[in-house]
Amino acid sequence: MTMECGVFHTTYTSDIALRRVPAERLRLGLFVIVVIAFPFLASPYWLNLANQIAIATVGAIGLNILVGYTGQISLGQGAFMAVGAYTAGLLTLNFGLPWGPSIVFACLVTSAIGTFFGMPSLRLKGLYLAIATLAAQEIIEWVITHWTGVTGGTEALVVPAPQLFGVRMNTDFRFYWLVVILASATALFTANLFRSRIGRAFLAVRDQDVAASVIGVNVFRYKLLAFATSSFFVGLAGALIAYYRNIVSWERFTLETSLFYLAMIIVGGLGSIRGSFFGAALITLLPALITNAGRMLQDSAPAIASQLPNIQQASFGLIIILFLVFEPKGLSKLWQNVKDYFYVWPFAYRRGEGRH
Amino acid sequence: MSEPDALPGLHIDRVSLRFGGVAALTDVSFNIQAGELLALIGPNGAGKTSVLNCISGLYRPQEGSIRLVSEGVEHDLTDLAPHNIAQLGVARTFQNIELFKHMTVLDNLMLGRHVHMRGGVLSSGIFLGRQRREEIAHRREVENVIDFLNLESIRRATVGNLPYGKQKLVELGRALALDPAVLLLDEPMAGMNSEEKESMARFILDVHEQSDTTPVVIDHDMDVIMDISDRVVVLDFGRVLAEGTPEEIKMNKLVIDAYLGEETIRVGSGV
Repeated sequence: MTMECGVFHTTYTSDIALRRVPAERLRLGLFVIVVIAFPFLASPYWLNLANQIAIATVGAIGLNILVGYTGQISLGQGAFMAVGAYTAGLLTLNFGLPWGPSIVFACLVTSAIGTFFGMPSLRLKGLYLAIATLAAQEIIEWVITHWTGVTGGTEALVVPAPQLFGVRMNTDFRFYWLVVILASATALFTANLFRSRIGRAFLAVRDQDVAASVIGVNVFRYKLLAFATSSFFVGLAGALIAYYRNIVSWERFTLETSLFYLAMIIVGGLGSIRGSFFGAALITLLPALITNAGRMLQDSAPAIASQLPNIQQASFGLIIILFLVFEPKGLSKLWQNVKDYFYVWPFAYRRGEGRH
Repeated sequence: MSEPDALPGLHIDRVSLRFGGVAALTDVSFNIQAGELLALIGPNGAGKTSVLNCISGLYRPQEGSIRLVSEGVEHDLTDLAPHNIAQLGVARTFQNIELFKHMTVLDNLMLGRHVHMRGGVLSSGIFLGRQRREEIAHRREVENVIDFLNLESIRRATVGNLPYGKQKLVELGRALALDPAVLLLDEPMAGMNSEEKESMARFILDVHEQSDTTPVVIDHDMDVIMDISDRVVVLDFGRVLAEGTPEEIKMNKLVIDAYLGEETIRVGSGV
């Protein structure tokens, strides 16, 4: 909560801008340069990870809209992504629909199904709602694996890579641009949403639903709207996975996926777009880093290397616990702390307890 | 009571509210006339907050009706949901501050403008043209409230971190931002020191005098209540015990026995 010194906003437009301070705009500029330069410098291995992170960011932002911003816990993330992935895949496979329209369709279908499964939120809150969305997860999974005529059941769908201006998006390098643009658009849309009327109403529902209703917010309508908006982006992430992997299989969208995404937004920061990105990056990179570390240890410490899968699981759990205990506001808060530190650097002073 | 229905204001007619076997309100009738400053007093548990909750739609009375007459139109509030009642211009504050405590003062006040804004999900997400202009237009309105309540310095502070007295002001500000026809204030001065009380009372009087808003105040501070209100309604055990000007109420034997006590008579008669 630092105040910007020497920056005076003389118009409301500049006061409600997403980047209000020159330093913020500079950081954004640097980030954009890194994002643009990255694919030219990175190896295919890292490009693949970057693509996964970008897709996970879209999914994490989607989930954060519902859980972090509106306070409605959802365990149905995996299933909603499956709806997006299967809808996009089936539209392309069976009807030959180009990827563009089929992604839009996939998002809308996921949005509708998410809204439907959001209806218990009229009566249920907190853990009870979580159980209701767990039911959504199981029901959707069951439908996908048993509706063999349409989804192919447990068989995987093979989806062709999308085509853009006659170019096949079949390499990591080409796909990178697609996902980066869509992830940026998702982030921008969400940032705008939460500086205007609808987003504020979502936050109001989260913070104090009685006060929200008394101030004129139709609480149930806004809960459903949150489910719809959230599922839209979750569906987008699902559809992107379908086109990126070229394979759609229900095994990618189980309850475990839901938990992974919840972990992303908890570790990254609930109710934060930046946090969604940080969390998506960390949870995506963690297994890769551990695998790499294992490879290095293969010769020197084969005993540790052989335990790698277990270490992966354990460290995943450990990280969540550590964040919950030491920084429940997640990586985005850590980032804020760093910024606060440099804001007054080198003339830092302490004002009150726990402030640096 | 000659045709009270035609007068602008809020008409509470024979309202009864029960929770299981407990009667919270029994046959409560009184009118709030537009333009007056009405105080609602009574001992703890008399049903003051229950009346406000019935008006703002949080409780639904089993019997009776609540009607709002504003701008020449009569609305039956009895069966409306809270958000619909807010849209008709009824705003309120709560006894135990119910703010959006993770949000800034500005965002809390902007939520007060919610019913006056139109933006949907798509236009909000794109945030261009009309949506941007709407946000700015309503921001201007909110800045007027901020100026009025002297909240400039804490505009961007997170509400949960503010001291109690400031939170009370922000909650008043959020209700004022709605530009309400009727403003229900549930113990706006509770827990404040005399200085804060005085400025809160001053704000309520200013709202009363400078705008078309009709304030309804519940409070236990009799000195302030008797000073600022035009008319007082006294509740006891869920029933209307008395109704009248502050002077009448101070002299009312029933009210003295049930609520005010002997001490207040001396203070009252000394004025």
